[in-house]
Amino acid sequence: MTPARTRLFALLACALLLALFPLFGGTFYVQLIAKVMILAIFAMSLDLLIGYTGLVSFGHAAYFGLAGYALALLGPKYEAASLWWSLPAAMAVCALFALVTGLLVLRTKGIFFIMVTLAFAQMLYFVFHDTKLGGGSDGIYIYNKPELKIGDFALANLDKIEHFYYFVLILMLAVYLLLRRVLGSTFGRALVGIKVNEHRMQALGFPVFRYKLASYVLAGALGGLSGYLAAVQFGFVNPEILSWHKSGQVMMMVILGGMGTLYGPVLGAFAFVLLQETFSNQAWFGSLAKHWQLAMGGFVVLVALYLPRGLAGLIERKAQPAVEEEEKPKEKP
Amino acid sequence: MDLAFFLIQLLNGLQYGLLLFLVASGLTLVFGIMGIINLVHGSFYMLGAYLAWSLAGLTGSLAAAIAVGIPLTVLFGMALEWLLIRRLYERDHLFQVLLTYGLILVFEEMRSILWGDDVHGLPVPALLNVSIPLTETLSYPVYRLFISGVCLLLAFGLYLLIQKTRLGMMIRAGASNRDMVQSLGINIKLIYTLVFAIGVALAAFAGMINAPLSSVFPNMGGQVLIICFVVVVIGGIGSVKGAMAASLMIGLADTFGQVLVPEVAGMIVYLLMAVVLVWRPAGLFGKA
Repeated sequence: MTPARTRLFALLACALLLALFPLFGGTFYVQLIAKVMILAIFAMSLDLLIGYTGLVSFGHAAYFGLAGYALALLGPKYEAASLWWSLPAAMAVCALFALVTGLLVLRTKGIFFIMVTLAFAQMLYFVFHDTKLGGGSDGIYIYNKPELKIGDFALANLDKIEHFYYFVLILMLAVYLLLRRVLGSTFGRALVGIKVNEHRMQALGFPVFRYKLASYVLAGALGGLSGYLAAVQFGFVNPEILSWHKSGQVMMMVILGGMGTLYGPVLGAFAFVLLQETFSNQAWFGSLAKHWQLAMGGFVVLVALYLPRGLAGLIERKAQPAVEEEEKPKEKP
Repeated sequence: MDLAFFLIQLLNGLQYGLLLFLVASGLTLVFGIMGIINLVHGSFYMLGAYLAWSLAGLTGSLAAAIAVGIPLTVLFGMALEWLLIRRLYERDHLFQVLLTYGLILVFEEMRSILWGDDVHGLPVPALLNVSIPLTETLSYPVYRLFISGVCLLLAFGLYLLIQKTRLGMMIRAGASNRDMVQSLGINIKLIYTLVFAIGVALAAFAGMINAPLSSVFPNMGGQVLIICFVVVVIGGIGSVKGAMAASLMIGLADTFGQVLVPEVAGMIVYLLMAVVLVWRPAGLFGKA
């Protein structure tokens, strides 16, 4: 079997497993896996920047939070918003924010880029934390889940967790396929080229700045998609969804899973939540469970030191050591 | 706004800015000389504040707490550099971010286990706990002036150290060409360890000396860290001069912002940063 075929089969098997899961998983676990799949979309969107374009954004939580607030603020307060306009609107708000900040942050490079993306996310945090716009630090409730209707016929009732689960699963697969498409195109190959050597791509005549901006905006909009779904699931937004710890966590998922592969961040999201649930398990860790971040922090340090290519790196080394077509992570000379 | 009130805010802004400089200068040095993005720098500020609180409880005076605490934090900084930070020099910034982010989580939880999650106050040292009357109702605390003075002295000391001493010369040389300095027979590893420890000590000292004013509370490091990032971005990476100018700008902008437009005060520093970025993408004193 060719590697491409192995990968296709593995993908289909995972999708099938996820599709069958609600048939035997309890409600708690269906909720949990839905949450993980939302995080997987979030992580894939960041991987487009970190793993493919070489832009280390430390402010990706901005889009996650902004989309949630967009749903809470744009939708009617006591009725359900229609998903047909509220989802595109939330993603458009995120794309616009990415476009405006992208014009600024993409002027910077390296350490600067990391700090400036963080600072802009933090600015947004203070917008929602300090002003009355989004209910301050208390946040806003979203009383009704958006409706998914054609005419009077309801396609799905997102109040039902199974319906929501399948809706998220379909979107996660759609994002995966979309990003595969994008990255397989000339545009996607050019992004990888920019990551490896920006000046050479410039010399070859590629509009580097515009490509990077397009990638930045796409990542922002897809990050917005995940934030929208999370706000729908929890029915609640507050400034914490914009906090820089959220940006740190999603970066952790991308690297833990393996940046520069699309399935890596999905694996990373699953692994991250699994670890979080393990370390905060009272039965295993007793009174230390409250301090699960201690173990998580230690784990993050170890990953940074010893697992730079993440779980995907382990899998690919085992599966086919010869087929290393992905670029190695850029090491500074 | 009358003159006395304006003067008070001006002094507060300068004091806050000078304090930021102590933290940001260490950050910018570690960036500029070692090429490391160090998220854990804010935790050193927190460490200083908590050390001051617990040591002052034991010894009964803030001065004694600082005298005991600073050597401890220097040792801590050297150990950390030797154990972990050293492995990051040749690595991509991404892994520096990840590792130091992990350390933040570790230190924050250690703080929670060792010292709990309560907010603690620390009294201003009795000797300095007086105020200078400005008008019949307004007065200015001497302790804030004292902090400003100490920060200025330290800033001057840092300038002398880097620009006028032999060690400073080696540090500057190490920033421009690590391998060359090493082949000249200078122990560059030791110099990096020292630079890192100096940064840790400055941040911890800022936390200690400011503890009576700000009180001691969980997550205090994160706030300072992000503001210091803004300072470094505005000032330009690696520029101590830039860090000073940017710290004072931020200190004044934030203080007057809190008074004049409290609703949007949290955003002002970031807007300032955006303006500087449009104007000079490498910061005020950065090399483009």
